[in-house]
Parts: sequence; C-alpha cells; structure tokens
Amino acid sequence: MPHAPFIIAAYGVAAVMLTWCAIGPLLAGRKLARQLRSKYQEADHAPNS
Amino acid sequence: MNRVWLFFHKMGSPPWFYRFSGKLLPWLWGLFFVLAAWGLYLGLVKAPPDYLQGESARIMYIHVPAAWMSMLIYVLVAAMGLIGLVWHVRIAEIMAICSAPIGAFFTAIALATGSLWGRPTWGTYWVWDARLTSELVLLFLYLGVIALYNSFDEPRKAARAASLLALVGVVNLPIIHYSVTWWNTLHQGTSISASGSSIHPSMLWPLLIMAVATKFFYAANLLVRTRHRLLLQDHRKQWVRNVIMKEGS
Repeated sequence: MPHAPFIIAAYGVAAVMLTWCAIGPLLAGRKLARQLRSKYQEADHAPNS
Repeated sequence: MNRVWLFFHKMGSPPWFYRFSGKLLPWLWGLFFVLAAWGLYLGLVKAPPDYLQGESARIMYIHVPAAWMSMLIYVLVAAMGLIGLVWHVRIAEIMAICSAPIGAFFTAIALATGSLWGRPTWGTYWVWDARLTSELVLLFLYLGVIALYNSFDEPRKAARAASLLALVGVVNLPIIHYSVTWWNTLHQGTSISASGSSIHPSMLWPLLIMAVATKFFYAANLLVRTRHRLLLQDHRKQWVRNVIMKEGS
C-alpha cells in the first residue's frame, strides 16, 4: 500500500485545521474592531453627545 | 512585592494585558513559523523512514505534537478555570474559555492524523480501543465546555460553569495517558518518558521541534482569542474605546 496519500492527507488536514484555528479569531477581531469604531464614531457625532 | 508577583498582578489588568500581548504576538507567530518549517523539513525530508512502519511514520511529526497539545491544553483549561473559580481572576476565566477551541482543534487533528496513520499501519481507520476512545471523549469534553459557556448570557457565570465541567473532565487525562498500559490496545505504547526515549535522534529531534512549535502556536492563538474576547466584554469601557480609536487613526 503506498503511504504518500496518507501522509499528504494527514498534513493537509492539519494545515487546514490550524489555518482555520488561527485565521478565524483574527478575522473576527478585525470585524469587531470595525464595528466598535463605527459605534464610537456614531456616538461622538450624536447630537446629545 | 517581587517581580514575578508584580507581573501576574499586571496581567490581571485588561488594558495592560492587551498592550503587553500585542507586543508579544509577532514574536510568538514568528517563532512558530520558523520552528514549524525547521521541524517539518527535518521530519519530512531529512529523517529516515521507520524500519517497520516505513514512510507512514512521518505522520508522527504532526500527530504526536497535536496529541500532546490536546492533553496539555486541557490541563491549562482546568488550571485557569480553577484560578478563576478560587481567586475570581477574570483574565484567567477568559483564557480558560479561549483555550478550549484551540484544544478541540488539536484533539481533532490528533484523531484525524491518527486515523490516517492507522489505515496503512493497522489496516483500519478506526478501532474502539482505549487510547482512541478516550481521546474522542476528550474532544467531546472540549465541545461540552464550549457549549456550556455559550449557553449562558452572563460571561462570569458561564466561565464558572464551564470551569467546573473542565475540572471534572480532568479525570479523563490519566485514562488517555495510561490507556496503553492499563489495557491491551492496538495503539503503540509510550516511546518517550521521563527516563528516556526509544526513538532514534534523527526522528526524535524533528518531533521535539514540532512539539515546541505547537506550543508557540497555542500561545499566539490564545493571545489573539483573549484580546478579542476582552474587547467584546469591555466594549463599554474607556480603555477599549481608546485602543480602538487609536488603532483606527
């Protein structure tokens, strides 16, 4: 039985999972920062602020 | 107050933690990439194939570090949860819950890569033996901790409940570790212990380098997740406003 497909699949699965684990919170953090920034800017420009 | 205690006291302050972790992050990611590249090069290119298992033994360089991380992170989840429960340190509670998804990812990687190693070695992707089953239970424990945390609206209550579950689940760790000794399993026995290793240095070094690389991955990923959750929980506080407006300017 050739072993190469199993080795490639193992490292491929690990690479996809680690990338997902690393990139997910980075993107969520950027999205949150954008949302908070616009929220603070809106509050600053509100008439009664 | 000595410097170590002062450092831990400072770590308990969200604004200080946010600033400090921001400076640390590029170094942690950098060390992870350098060590992972070095470990993979040694493991996939330089190390010889195993005399018995052949080329499939190269899966070890990701499978074993992932399995070690799955257990280490669970210990840290429980330890930080305990610190949160006993001393009410909010950063510890947040770090405990932010560690759980990373631990779940490493557990899933250990299970998936182990399964891919099992097919050419044992002739099957899965078998309900003690090591594999207890590792699967660990994945369910991580998912349980995450689900329990997300089922509460109030973060402090959620962290306390999740920490309690994590502490109860610690009982599974010695079962995973000693499963190959206590039961007759298909999974191979321990090759590295406190008394030494039965692995040749040409295969041991890439394994150890990958093990260190995954520690840096965990540390960097944990800081990113903790910073995100701090911003989310403290978004009404002035320090978050200052950080966000400064980063955007």
